[in-house]
Amino acid sequence: MTTPDHSLAELLIVACSEVFRGNGEIVATGIGPIPRLGASLAKITHSPELMMTDGEAFLVEDPVPIGPRDYDARKPAGYLPFSRYFDSAVWTGRRHALVSPIQIDRFGQMNLSYVGGTFEKPKVQMLGARGFPGNTIYHINSMFIPNHSKRIFVEGEVHSVSSVGYNPARRLPGGNFSGVDLRFIVTNLCVMDFGGPDHAIRLVSLHDGVTLDEVREATGFELLVEGDLPTTKAPTEEQLAIIARLDPHNIRATIIKDNPPGRRG
Amino acid sequence: MGFRPVTSDKSPTFDKRTTATDVVSRIKDGMTIGIGGWGPRRKPMTLVRELLRSPVKDLTIVAYGGPDVGMLLAAGKVKKVIYGFVSLDAIPLEPYFRKAREAGGFEVLELDEGMLQWGLKAAALGLPFLPTRVGLGTDVFVQGQFKTVTSPYGDGEVLLAMPAVPLDMALIHVHRADRLGNVQALGPDTYYDEWFAKAAKEVVVSAEEVVERMDHSYPDDVKANIFERCFVQHVVEAPLGAHPTSMPPSYGWDMKAFKAYGATAAEDGGWAKYMAETIGPDEAHYLAQMGGAEAVSKLPLPIF
Repeated sequence: MTTPDHSLAELLIVACSEVFRGNGEIVATGIGPIPRLGASLAKITHSPELMMTDGEAFLVEDPVPIGPRDYDARKPAGYLPFSRYFDSAVWTGRRHALVSPIQIDRFGQMNLSYVGGTFEKPKVQMLGARGFPGNTIYHINSMFIPNHSKRIFVEGEVHSVSSVGYNPARRLPGGNFSGVDLRFIVTNLCVMDFGGPDHAIRLVSLHDGVTLDEVREATGFELLVEGDLPTTKAPTEEQLAIIARLDPHNIRATIIKDNPPGRRG
Repeated sequence: MGFRPVTSDKSPTFDKRTTATDVVSRIKDGMTIGIGGWGPRRKPMTLVRELLRSPVKDLTIVAYGGPDVGMLLAAGKVKKVIYGFVSLDAIPLEPYFRKAREAGGFEVLELDEGMLQWGLKAAALGLPFLPTRVGLGTDVFVQGQFKTVTSPYGDGEVLLAMPAVPLDMALIHVHRADRLGNVQALGPDTYYDEWFAKAAKEVVVSAEEVVERMDHSYPDDVKANIFERCFVQHVVEAPLGAHPTSMPPSYGWDMKAFKAYGATAAEDGGWAKYMAETIGPDEAHYLAQMGGAEAVSKLPLPIF
C-alpha cells in the first residue's frame, strides 16, 4: 500500500494522537500546535471518549481548529475553567498532558524552569516549573520534542527537576508516587516509551529513513532497544484531511525547520 | 477602615467607593500584595499603574503573574515575588521578569500553579498549611525549602505542607461593583480571584462600572458574584482598568501594547522612558497613549 504524501509535522501529529489511545474519559491536553492537533485527531478518530477544552474555559465535543477563528466558533458542551482545573482534572488524575520541556533525563524528569547558573540567578530563565510538579505526581504525561538532540536528552540529571520522574534518589520516603505515569516521547526522529526495566526509556519506532545510530547519537543516555524496530506509521488520507480541517492556516508547516517531508526518500 | 456614612435615606448606609490614588496610599513599604487575574488576563492594571506612580517599595507580590509583576519589577517596587508563573501567553516569558531573574537580586518563591491556589486557600481558611503531594520529588520542593507532614492515620503518608500565603491586601478587577462592595465578574473564567480576596486582610476591587446598588441594576447576573461583599473594603471605578490585559467579554488584550512594552526591556533606559511617556501621570494620559478609550474598548477577544 502506498502512503499519501505528507510532511514530517503531519506524521508527528498522527504519532501524538496515538499517545491518547484508550485513555478513557479524561482531559486530553496537547500544549503547542502539533500536540494539540494530535489530541484533537485522537478524539475525532479512535478515542471519542476523550474530553478536551477549547483552550480557554469550555469543554467541547468537536475539537476547535487552531489559529485565527471566530471567538464564538466553539460549541461548549461543558465547563472547565482554570478556576476548577486542579480540583476537576489535575488532582483527580483525570488528564493526560502532552508537553514540551527544555530538557529530559533518563528518569523521565523534565526541566521547564531554567538552564545554567543557579535558581537564585539563572543564566537563562525559562518558563518556571508551572504545573509540572502537580501534573506528574497526579496524572498521565507524555512529551513532544521537535528537535531531538543531546541538548534536550541530557547525559546526567536535568539542570532543574520541574517534574516527577522515575529517579529513585528523588523519591521521598513515605511519599505517594503511585500517580506517576509517563507514557510516550514523540520526537522528530522516533517514538519512545518508558517500558524498560524500572521504567527505562525504550525505543518504540523510528520514523521513515531514520537510523538507530542517528537516534543514539542525538541522545545523551543509553536507549533500550528490543528486537527489530518498526517504522512509525504514516498518516492516512482520512487523517490528513482531518488535520487540514483542524489547521486551516497551515500552522503545522511552521513548526519544524524547512517543513521536511515525512518520507526521507 | 471606617465606613463613610451616607446621608441619603436609603439603607444600607455605607459607601466603599474611593479612588485609585487614595487606596494606593494605604499600601506601605514591605506589604504583601496579591494581584488577581492570570498572566495577561483580567489584571487590575489601573491599580497597578497607580502603584507604579507611588513611592512605595519593598513589596512582596503574589500572583499568577503577567505585566503586573513585570512592571512592578521594572519599577523597583519588589523585594520578593511568589508566583505560579509570569507570562504574557503569546510572549511565553514576561520580558522584565526574565531580565530581573537573570540579573538576580530579588527573592522568589516559585510554586507549582496548583500549590499557589492551595496556599491562598490555607490563608483564606486561617490554617497554617494544607497538605499536598504536589512538589514532592521536584526542585520546587528543594528551592522553596518546604517541610513535610505525616498523616496521623493508618496510611502514614508523607505530604508536603504548603504554608498559607496570607496577603495584606488583594487587588482584583471585575466588571461591576456597587458602593456596598457587591461585585460581578463576567466572562468565561475568573481564575483564583475568589481565593485572593479571601486570603487578604483588605481587598480593593476595581470595576469597569460602579453602580449604586447591584440589586437595582443587575439582579439577573447574580451568579457572577464570585465573592461576598464582606471580603471587599474598597471599590474603585476603573473603566478599561484591565488594559493591556484582557477582560472578556468586554475587551481583549492588546498584543501590540505588550510587544511595545516588552521591547523596552532590551533598551537602555527603556523602562524610565516607558514610565514617563506611556504610563505617565494618570489614566487619562495612559489611555490617550493607547489610542483612546474607544479603540481600547474595541480590542478583539483573544482566541486560544
